[in-house]
Amino acid sequence: MSAADHIPDAPAVVVSRLRRAYGERVVIDGLDLRINRGEFVALLGESGCGKTTLLRALAGLDAVDSGHIDGPAQPAVVFQEHRLLPWYSLWRNVALGLDDAAGRAAAQAALSEVGLGDRLEDWPRNLSGGQAQRVALARALVREPRLLLLDEPFAALDALTRIRMHELVKQLVATHRPGVLLVTHDVDEAIALAHRALVMRDGVIAREYPVSRAANTNRAHPEAVALRDTLLADLGVTPGETRTARAA
Amino acid sequence: MSSNIASAVVTVRAPAARPDRARPVRLSRRALILISWIVPFVVFGVWEVLARSGALSAHVLPAPSKVLGTAINLIRDGKLVGDMGISLLRAATGFAIGGSIGFALGTLVGFSRLAEAFLDRTIQMIRAIPFLAILPLVIVWFGVDEGGKIFLVSLGVMFPIYINTVLGIRQVDPKLVELGRVAGLGDWGVVRHIILPGALPSILAGVRYALAISWLALVVAETIATSSGIGFLAMDAREFLRIDVIVLAIIIYAGVGVLSDAVARALERRLLSWHPNYAGAKR
Repeated sequence: MSAADHIPDAPAVVVSRLRRAYGERVVIDGLDLRINRGEFVALLGESGCGKTTLLRALAGLDAVDSGHIDGPAQPAVVFQEHRLLPWYSLWRNVALGLDDAAGRAAAQAALSEVGLGDRLEDWPRNLSGGQAQRVALARALVREPRLLLLDEPFAALDALTRIRMHELVKQLVATHRPGVLLVTHDVDEAIALAHRALVMRDGVIAREYPVSRAANTNRAHPEAVALRDTLLADLGVTPGETRTARAA
Repeated sequence: MSSNIASAVVTVRAPAARPDRARPVRLSRRALILISWIVPFVVFGVWEVLARSGALSAHVLPAPSKVLGTAINLIRDGKLVGDMGISLLRAATGFAIGGSIGFALGTLVGFSRLAEAFLDRTIQMIRAIPFLAILPLVIVWFGVDEGGKIFLVSLGVMFPIYINTVLGIRQVDPKLVELGRVAGLGDWGVVRHIILPGALPSILAGVRYALAISWLALVVAETIATSSGIGFLAMDAREFLRIDVIVLAIIIYAGVGVLSDAVARALERRLLSWHPNYAGAKR
C-alpha cells in the first residue's frame, strides 16, 4: 500500500479563505477546509448552497475570486453522470489521458477492481447505470489520485445499486487511500460512508460532525440515528418532516 | 439541386428501439434483403416484356437487354471504360478539393466563434446561390475544360461537409470536454479523443450527402459542356438518336450513385461501430 499509511495526517488538500461570487451573490465566503489522505469527508447542504461550486473549484474546473487551494493539480473527479466516451471501449475510457503502453495494463487492473475485468473491450452503451458508474470510479482511481472528488455520483442510481456502490467505494478508498470529498444530498449516504460530515451554509462550513465506525456500519445504531436527526435539522428539515420521512 | 443543398444538414437518426424486441413478424435478415431486391428485378422484367412486345416503342425506351448489349459493345470499344474513368476522376478530384476546404472551414468555424463571425455569414450566402445559376459563369470562366467541372463538384461538396462539420463539433457534449480536462488531456488531446470522435457521426453524414452531390454536380457539368465522360456519351448519343446509349448513361449514373452510397455506409459502419444507431451484428 501507499506511503500515506505511515503518515495518516498527510493532507490531500488544504483550502484557506476561499471566496467565490457570481456577480452580487457570494457563494463561497472565506471557506476553510482540510482533508487528509485516506480521509472520507461528506459535504451536505441545501441546493444552491455552493457545495458543487466548491467541488468544481477543487477540481480546477472553475476559477475562484480569492483564497488559496493547496492540493494536487489534477484531482480525480466522478460526476453524477458517468461521462464515459461512447466511442471508446471500457479500457480506453479508463486509460484516457494515460500513455498507451502502460494504460492498458493499468486500466485492466482498475476495471478488475470494480468487478468489470472481463469487459475490457465492451462498449459503454452495453452497461447498466451502476456498471457505468463503476467504470467512472475505475477511471478516477487508475491514476492513484491524492484527492478524489465525488459529485453526487450515486444520485441517479436505484436504491439497491446505490448500497452496493457504497460498499465498493468504501473498499476502494480503504485500498487507495485518497482524500475524498463527497458532495451529496443524501444524509444516510453521508453517514454510511464518511469519517466526517460537513454542513455547508452561507458560503462556509457551518457544522462539522465526526462519524463513528459504528454509525458507518449500522444505520440503526443510536449514534447514526442521532446524527441523522442533527444533520437533517441543520439542513432545515423540521422534526415533523423527519418522522414522516422515516415512516415512509 | 439547390433545394438539395439547402437541406444538406443531415441529422443523425434518433436512437431507435431495439429491433429485436417486440416485432410481430420475424423475418431473417437474409429474407428481408432478398425482398428488397425483388422489386427492382420485377421492374426490369416488366420493362423488358413491354419493350419486346412493342407496347413500349424502341424510340421511347429500348429493352434492358438491348441496353446491356450496347454496354458490352461500348466496353469492347474501350470507349465506355475510358469515359467512365474520366467521370470518376472528375468526381473524385472535386470531392477531395471541396471536401478538404469544407472540412477545414468547418473545423475553423466549429472551434472559433471569431472565425464564425468572419466566415459563416459569407459562406451561407454563397450556399444560397442555386447551383445551376452559376453554370453560365463557370463556362465563361473555365470554358469546357476540366477546371469548370471540378470547380462545380467542389462547390457542391463543400457545403454539406462544412455545415455538418460545424454542427458535429458544436454538438459535442461540453460535459465530456470537461471530463477530458479532468483526465488531464491538453487541447490537442481533447480534440483528438473527444471532439473529433464526437463530431464524426455528423461529419460522415455530411460525407455521404456530399458524395451524392458530387455525382449530381458532375451530371450537370458533363451535360452542358464537355468532350468526354459519361455525360458526353449521353449528349453525343442524343445527336444520333441512340436512345439505348442515353439510357445506359442514366443507368451508369444511378449505379455509381448507389455504389458511392454503399461505400459511405460501409465507412459509417466501420468508424461508428460504437454508435448504437450504426451498430452491426457485433455485440
